[in-house]
Amino acid sequence: MPHFTLDMLLPWEFSPLVLAACLGALFFYLRGWRRNRRDGHPGPGTWGLLGFLAGLLLIYGVMQTRFDYLAQHMLWIHRLQHLVLHHLGPFLIIMGGAHPAFASGLPVRLRDSVLFRNPPVRALYRLIQHPLVACILFVGLIAFWLIPEVHFTAMLSARRYQVMNWSMLIDGLLFWWLALEIRPVARGRTLGYGTRMLMLLAVVPPQIYIGAHIALADHSLYSVYNVCGRAWPIDPLVDQEIAGIITWIPAAMMSGLGLLVVLARWMHASVLPAPAGGDAAPAG
Amino acid sequence: MKRWILVVLLLLAGCGQRPDWHLRNIEGLMPDLAFQLTDSQGRAVTADRFRGKISLLYFGYTHCPDVCPTTLSDLARALRRLGPDADQVRILFVSVDPARDKPGVLGRYAAAFGPQVRGLTGSQDALRQLTRRYRVSFGLGKPDTQGNYEVSHSSAVFVFDRRGRVRLLDTDSGDTEALVADLRRLLKEG
Repeated sequence: MPHFTLDMLLPWEFSPLVLAACLGALFFYLRGWRRNRRDGHPGPGTWGLLGFLAGLLLIYGVMQTRFDYLAQHMLWIHRLQHLVLHHLGPFLIIMGGAHPAFASGLPVRLRDSVLFRNPPVRALYRLIQHPLVACILFVGLIAFWLIPEVHFTAMLSARRYQVMNWSMLIDGLLFWWLALEIRPVARGRTLGYGTRMLMLLAVVPPQIYIGAHIALADHSLYSVYNVCGRAWPIDPLVDQEIAGIITWIPAAMMSGLGLLVVLARWMHASVLPAPAGGDAAPAG
Repeated sequence: MKRWILVVLLLLAGCGQRPDWHLRNIEGLMPDLAFQLTDSQGRAVTADRFRGKISLLYFGYTHCPDVCPTTLSDLARALRRLGPDADQVRILFVSVDPARDKPGVLGRYAAAFGPQVRGLTGSQDALRQLTRRYRVSFGLGKPDTQGNYEVSHSSAVFVFDRRGRVRLLDTDSGDTEALVADLRRLLKEG
């Protein structure tokens, strides 16, 4: 295995887009976080801040350090990269109170711009954020990029590789946002607690199936690593076994963690009196 | 509307008529051939020197116990089958072990496989740039008591056409028939 040196923190393939997106997110989050605190608005506290920063740092780290080289040349590290991009990173960002912070932090002109207000964009957003569609997209993207033929070209082509990683990150943010957004349920605009729990449960069996299929395969499924070389010598089947287990267990455990969060909020909400002017029944 | 359907059907039929390549077609998936290396005389060399020829790019090292010599002799055998056309093809053997593969060593090693084989290498930086460009890995193992070490490298052979565009990926150099057939087809493109 490679030994750590400081230059490994430098990007393997520098992407201005990743840098700009991370710095932009950091800037507007911090701005919103401070404004909320100053004005006494509800919003993430110190733990939220730390969670958000950890999520952002993890996402940046797996995309823009030498980790990216390892992810290109070792199947199980690639799976670890996607666990961060699709599960852990977005989970931390959403739990870190990205919504209330961005709501106050983003410039009003951007927030009210055509980008978010335009009807086709809203219709598309409503479609992909339908709970059923969101679950299919979440699992479907994992499966799609793991089709051996698709995986092969994604690992050969720098452009497809970027598309793959960005699609995982964006879908991860959308899914965990839908399942865990902090806005109080009960306004009729957000999903109910029960629907959220069902979503989190529904994505578990397919991920177990995909992970088990990879971990238990008796031949090498992803030849691109044999052809282009692995980051260090390792038995291809061992690589594949670890990769399958990462796709299987920690990914499914993230759903368990999400369920706990939703359950806790549900219990908390049911002991509180209904907010004035709102309907306390879950909307879903 | 009907006319458009007809056009689409004809286009699809046209695509269907083109036979598949024997090797994996990777046209458009990777950048054109480009590098800054040193040749077996120790002179700087760029990909421009090989424009106009079909290039087979392969990474390895001369101390390689089995994979590199096997692959290189497989490729050389395919070239011999091409007859005089073999002169239109170059095998670019890039050593990722410049510490041991000095120009003279590399030149003699390459020539042993055939007149179309060129041994190239470069600084760590140049090699890293090139391997990153073609998304292949390489790594140096720990030296043993005699100072010998193994080098891990990819087994891919990238095929570039005369204009330096990436075309094919050979993942099994032992299949001479496939390589010969595809090289003949590339040669016909002119």
